[in-house]
Amino acid sequence: MTNNTLFIDGQEIPFEAGQTIMDAALAAGIYIPHLCHKPGLSPHGSCKLCTVDVDGRSASACTLPASNGMQVDNNTPALNEVRKTLTQMLFVEGNHLCPTCSKSGDCTLQALGYHFGMLDGHFPPFYPRREVDASHPSVMLDRDRCILCELCVRASREVDGKNVFAISGRGAQSHLIVNTVSGKLGDSDLQTGDMAAHICPVGAILIKDHGYEVPIGMRTFDLHSVAESDVASPVTLKKTEHHDA
Amino acid sequence: MQTELRSSLAGNQCSDHLLHRLHDLQSRFQHIPAQEIPPLATELQLPISQVEAVIDFYSFFHRSPRGRIDLLFSNCTSCGDLSLMQQLCTSLDVSPGITRADGAVSIDETSCIGMCDQGASLLVNGRIMTRLNPQRLQQIAGLVNAGTPLDAWPAEWFAVPDHVRHPGLLLNDALQPGAGLRAAIQRGAENLLAEINQSGLRGRGGAGFNTSLKWQLCRDAPATTRYVVCNADEGEPGTFKDRVLLNTYAQQVFEGMTLCAYAIGAKHGYLYLRGEYRYLLPTLEATLAEQRAANLLGENILQQPGFNFDISIVVGAGAYICGEESALLESLEQKRGVPRVRPPFPVTHGYLGQPTVVDNVETLVAATHIAVQGGQWFKAQGTEKSAGSKVLSVSGDCATPGIYEFPFGTSLQQVLDACGGQDAQAVQVGGPSGTLVGQAEFGRKLAFEDLATGGSIMVYGAQRDLLAVVRNFSHFFAHESCGFCTPCRVGTPLLRKYVDKIASGHGTPYDQEEMARLAKVMKRRSHCGLGQTAANPLLDLLERFPHVCTDRLLHQDYEPFFNLDAALATTRTLTHRDDAEAHLS
Repeated sequence: MTNNTLFIDGQEIPFEAGQTIMDAALAAGIYIPHLCHKPGLSPHGSCKLCTVDVDGRSASACTLPASNGMQVDNNTPALNEVRKTLTQMLFVEGNHLCPTCSKSGDCTLQALGYHFGMLDGHFPPFYPRREVDASHPSVMLDRDRCILCELCVRASREVDGKNVFAISGRGAQSHLIVNTVSGKLGDSDLQTGDMAAHICPVGAILIKDHGYEVPIGMRTFDLHSVAESDVASPVTLKKTEHHDA
Repeated sequence: MQTELRSSLAGNQCSDHLLHRLHDLQSRFQHIPAQEIPPLATELQLPISQVEAVIDFYSFFHRSPRGRIDLLFSNCTSCGDLSLMQQLCTSLDVSPGITRADGAVSIDETSCIGMCDQGASLLVNGRIMTRLNPQRLQQIAGLVNAGTPLDAWPAEWFAVPDHVRHPGLLLNDALQPGAGLRAAIQRGAENLLAEINQSGLRGRGGAGFNTSLKWQLCRDAPATTRYVVCNADEGEPGTFKDRVLLNTYAQQVFEGMTLCAYAIGAKHGYLYLRGEYRYLLPTLEATLAEQRAANLLGENILQQPGFNFDISIVVGAGAYICGEESALLESLEQKRGVPRVRPPFPVTHGYLGQPTVVDNVETLVAATHIAVQGGQWFKAQGTEKSAGSKVLSVSGDCATPGIYEFPFGTSLQQVLDACGGQDAQAVQVGGPSGTLVGQAEFGRKLAFEDLATGGSIMVYGAQRDLLAVVRNFSHFFAHESCGFCTPCRVGTPLLRKYVDKIASGHGTPYDQEEMARLAKVMKRRSHCGLGQTAANPLLDLLERFPHVCTDRLLHQDYEPFFNLDAALATTRTLTHRDDAEAHLS
């Protein structure tokens, strides 16, 4: 239909009622960088990497409903510079030590760093003290790497039908907690087959005993550009799996 | 799915609201004991993670015991004086934030408590104490060490006078209780809306949304249940006009809520009161009881069949962000105060997902007067785009801080003349999230179309160090960021680091450039108004008072953030040394 289209960087794309800019873009094969968004889960709008300019105003592509005739700036040098800055901010906020992280090569945060040509953390690092939770028999929770995207929170509630995770605290002290009396993952009903155990875009939630099964050089973002993530066509991203679910 | 909160027998306080239950625990045990959390979650039918998350979100809840006397000094540039805090710490042998070993006392700082016209102020076990000075602190230290219970402290220490210095359109207009409702009922709801529309009333919280349009949109939203919420979470440093309106004009506030309920068809309303104003609760509850007795609240209000409306009060617990309307609604729903994604807006999806009007205290007072006097009466004052008057909270370096009500369009200079702030070098208009202006701009008008303000006017005299002021604000925002979005959660602590570095004489021109670049990213890309405005004071300072920053910069290309001497502070503490030899420079 001609009256249900919007423009992303000048390219006219269709959308259906109820779709966000992100939904429409991904369906049309256009990548808008994102971290806290995953098709199928309710949009969140917190990481701000999908920041776009809509008719000159800043907006999150993952939460703003598409509307007819919208002019969306997406892949521009200025916006990618903003996104690089936001990526750097996420790096300095946590303790992200890529060389020793088993998620290296499969990590969306790291891949975005490369995508935006990030060469350093740039800002003074926070070096926060965060708790590691190894209490679960098969899932590891390393909060040092958590970027507070809440994908695990939403996956658990919306897909797994559980309520394992939540965000607690305020500001820079915000942190991921587990919905148990002890606060320990081992006391939760999280199972390895749950989407919440697999959806972490960084290395904060990892399946135990399956680290380094895929050699470096053969991992997801060794084989694919992050710009192929979640895009409906023409490429389907083949994710490396480190474990048997 | 959440259900509407059950109300207590008194009908006006939601005794089982999570924030209230946690407040009770905090008062009883001086902290929230871990073993109390699971039974509370079970009783309130909330996930345990939600209770845990709320405890850690709000500043007034603690995981480890505070002192039996818990003193929180305001750190606001108007009602705070941290040198007094240090003095009391020394007299009582307490470190800030650490409860004394005998459990008798703890001392810490807190964000602005809205006492900016009262001199240096603090909260003691949730009660307000103003006009602090060294003598008073000595008396306090004596009472604390003697173990005197708070109720036996001199009552006059807890008095909070209104300080209305210049009443205007609203504050001069004495109204009989119920006059607005009677006039509205006579006109009918549609005509009440028309009258509000004609008045040109815009929201007094600062954003200035058209009030009649807000009410109309809520009225038109398809739903069977609608809510009225009064935003009394006045947290913007330098703002205290709602404190005065709630203290002396509460009747008009509640009547404004009832008028809104009449216009939109709401059965229930909430007044969300900031935790710092808990001392106003008895006055507010008494006013609600009077209004129920006068049939201005309750069933069949003023004998109108089916006009049923009542109001409950929910008290916050130390979180500036809850002044943002959607964060306020989250807090009402017993959650962390995180601003929602908009659209949808509260007028269609508000409290419990139902259409909700969230209005500022002053807006509701104005609505009550407009209902009586008519839209034309109100519109006769102010400017074309900013009708009526504005109740200003004036504080800082001026002779007579207090409440000044002026028509919109009044110049900043006129306000300075009225309050005895003629020697000001700068004024922060609208609080830290507003605009910092210098003398060249004192001729500008207070109005939505020029200098917008939610009411805070902070005056800074010639002797003030403006970098210290801006540094104070950057600490404030880093403390109050909710942590939802990246630009604000990470950006506010980063700005604080940059300002601290420059203020301590370690900043370089490169740091200043990077700070400004970061500030612009935050301003444009943050999720809500907090992050979008957190960098304003800094950007204003760089633009209008550039020398204040540049004078402190090092003449070198690079200076690391890491400061070896500062990093040795822990070692010095452990070895009880602070002599010259224990320092690197």
